Amino acid sequence: MNTLSSVWSWLTTAANWSGENGVWHRLAQHLFLTFACLALSALIALPVALALGHLGRGGALAVNLANIGRAVPTFAVLVLLLLTPLGRYGQWPTVIALVLFAIPPLLTNAYVGMREVDQDVVRAARGMGMTGTQLVWRVEVPLASPLILTGVRIAAVQLVATATLAALVGGGGLGRIITAGFHLASTPQVVAGAVIVAVFALLMEAAFELGQRWCAPPWARRRIR
Amino acid sequence: MTAPPPDDCLAHNDWICGEYLTTRRQILLDAVAQHIQLTVVSVALGLAIAVPLALLARRWRWTLGPVLGITTVIYTIPSLAMFSLLLPVYGLSATLVVIGLALYSLTLLVRNLLAGLDGVPVETKEAARGMGYGPMRQLLAVELPLALPAAMAGLRIATVSAVALTTVGAIVGYGGLGNLIYAGMNSFFKAQVLTASVLCVLIAVVFDLLLLGVERLLTPWRRAGRTARPRVRTAGGAVGRRPLTASGRRG
Repeated sequence: MNTLSSVWSWLTTAANWSGENGVWHRLAQHLFLTFACLALSALIALPVALALGHLGRGGALAVNLANIGRAVPTFAVLVLLLLTPLGRYGQWPTVIALVLFAIPPLLTNAYVGMREVDQDVVRAARGMGMTGTQLVWRVEVPLASPLILTGVRIAAVQLVATATLAALVGGGGLGRIITAGFHLASTPQVVAGAVIVAVFALLMEAAFELGQRWCAPPWARRRIR
Repeated sequence: MTAPPPDDCLAHNDWICGEYLTTRRQILLDAVAQHIQLTVVSVALGLAIAVPLALLARRWRWTLGPVLGITTVIYTIPSLAMFSLLLPVYGLSATLVVIGLALYSLTLLVRNLLAGLDGVPVETKEAARGMGYGPMRQLLAVELPLALPAAMAGLRIATVSAVALTTVGAIVGYGGLGNLIYAGMNSFFKAQVLTASVLCVLIAVVFDLLLLGVERLLTPWRRAGRTARPRVRTAGGAVGRRPLTASGRRG
């Protein structure tokens, strides 16, 4: 097929990989955006989820947050933030949008994980005289860790997707290859960019899946899907 | 003979602007119509493929792995990349957006359908068989109705996600309200971006409520026990029901 061969020749042209608009630079931006925002959103979401889960409060909030997040278009939030005064500060609108969309999966999964801890175990731990802090760190968090890690994985894949969309509002990342291709009306570049983004997203998913297996305590490994 | 510049919210580029609603009424209605059309067609297409696929995966167990694997791969691909991958096949067309969105809904629907069918108690199936139900009648009269709540949950998630994702179709010019957001971004037209975004969320909420209503109509047996349903936080401290798909969404 003609398109396939032109996509292949785009991908094998060294000039497309180097420089400011090259694949390597865009990949580095994408990785940085993904991991920086993952760290930021985990810092915000996990303490809240652990606290709420431990206290057993705010369940409706934690569960509904995911539904609300789903109904709000990522693209709309990216553009809205761009048009606010924040839009003047370079990457900040993108970073804020990414963090906003990564919080729901982290929060919901960690919360559900904390609440699903067997209450008999919790009572036994209390009976042994554990304080609240000990209970959280030695019983609840380890038992909830498989679901917490699932949330981290979902958030990471989510971030990769959102960071791609950020290209539409001028953010850096692999999506820029695609949008530049659209501006140039170059189908080979659009498809080549899409292939790179898709492969990157799949690798990310696979990496987190593996990481999840390694991080999980031995007794929980079976349960991870 | 130039008229004095108008001194209204459009001239000030305010976020909220009544003038915008009245002067751009037709543009907004067209965009909403396109948005709803794209969403409904793609989810319907996804559903039309998902049901046979789920039944296939249940009938021949060896197909389950590949079906789940492929749907996971599809779901992992970011929307912008998905639309772009379809570009050589469909060009800059509404079909491209519909196919892309259908692929995403397909994924959610297949998983939820399978979860629903797996959730049918073995005792119920055995009772149906004992009453002389053939495989087809058992499927249609017993298993599918019992799988309906999970399937409807999937349909609601798929529809709400599709409403949000349709906006990305603006990249090929078929994004419904996304087109207005895209144009508003390029011209820094705040009222247009905010109005279109709010309308998007409204459409999603309306669809969600409509489907919830349909679900209640279709499952009258679940309404009887509704009042006795345990609250989210009970004395034992258990969370209500675990959300079916652990809160995935696509950007």
